[in-house]
Amino acid sequence: MIGGLDVEGLTLARGERQLFEGFGFSLGRGEAAALTGANGAGKTSLLRAVAGLLRPEAGRVQFQDVAGVEIEADLARAQGLHLLGHHDGLKSTRTAGEELRFWTRWLGGDAPSLAKAIDVLQLDLLLALEVRKLSAGQRRRLALARLIAAPRPLWLLDEPMAPLDLERRALFGALMQGHLDGGGMILAAVHDALPIPARDLKVGLA
Amino acid sequence: MTAALAALLRRELALAWGRGGGPLFACAFYVGLATLLPLAEGPTPQKLAAIATGAAFAALALSSLLSLERLFERDYDDGALDLLTLGPLPLEAVTAIKCLAQWLANGVPLALAAPIVSIALGAEPRLWLISLVASLGGGLGFTFVGGIGAALVLGARRGGLLIAVVVLPLFAPPVIFGAGAVEAFGAGLEWKPALAFLLAYSLAAAGLAPIAMAAACRNALS
Repeated sequence: MIGGLDVEGLTLARGERQLFEGFGFSLGRGEAAALTGANGAGKTSLLRAVAGLLRPEAGRVQFQDVAGVEIEADLARAQGLHLLGHHDGLKSTRTAGEELRFWTRWLGGDAPSLAKAIDVLQLDLLLALEVRKLSAGQRRRLALARLIAAPRPLWLLDEPMAPLDLERRALFGALMQGHLDGGGMILAAVHDALPIPARDLKVGLA
Repeated sequence: MTAALAALLRRELALAWGRGGGPLFACAFYVGLATLLPLAEGPTPQKLAAIATGAAFAALALSSLLSLERLFERDYDDGALDLLTLGPLPLEAVTAIKCLAQWLANGVPLALAAPIVSIALGAEPRLWLISLVASLGGGLGFTFVGGIGAALVLGARRGGLLIAVVVLPLFAPPVIFGAGAVEAFGAGLEWKPALAFLLAYSLAAAGLAPIAMAAACRNALS
């Protein structure tokens, strides 16, 4: 299980344009970091690079287990991280329940954790609806439910709070705090401050 | 891992069933294509019967192309492909399961329609079994080879046309061996080698195409 994340000398480019170079930080158990920076600075790309979807031009992303021993990146990603972005992977023609159940199985959750996620994110009335009928906030709650339904230590979040109402923002803040208290890690790209104590990481070319 | 695999197959079957109108549209297209043939060729039964099996197989190849465009595209557009890389199975297995589901939901219904279409065009009714077997085997190859095209054109505009251009040349061997096996059987000649070649092509495609599809998907995601 992932107990630490090390990013060293990371250089990312999209096409011909270099986003940033030599970026580094590390994250340990119970820590959160907020990625800030202008639109297009590369926050989303950084998250995708940590998730292994984007190949960096230079530098490396390393994962350690709870004892501090390096673990193979592919294995760490397949078992230990959640990625939540603008594209939430939900099929608009399927029901919320079908989608949540599938992603829970796929990401390694079980029935009790699924029930907990439905309860915590107040989804029981939405499960029978097609995803296309959900509002942006409801849809985001459905996507967030995966974090609870399939417990994984590292959360990579891209603007997780944007579509949520105030009450749900507080609720999600509490969920994030609970995740950190349990030894989890959060790396979140945000424009507004996170409702949890988090280190600020500025992304972009100096 | 088996739970995840079963969940993925179920999801893919449900999606394939609804993709691009699902098997019903593919079969309707197939029948429609076969109906145009007598209109173009003239209603002389002898003339039609002579080309029936070959024409039915070529129409099958075209019908198999129909819903391929959506095979990876929707998952790519809505971010599901990102999350599929974070599961317990490698992307190679994911693409293989997607193609398997596509074959079960589209290829098998088309193969069931194939004997009817070729008999309607004038093939001898006793050819129904060999025609069914060849269409099932050929369809498997069409789906997996077509999947390579579908993965390669991810992110391109007008991907559907591009898939057809990329993939149709690769459809030549299964069309040759598939139609060849049915023809040979009908003429009382040795038909087993052609059928064996067809199945070998399809199984090789099922074994190798996932590697190419996964590489193309990774490339599109990065």
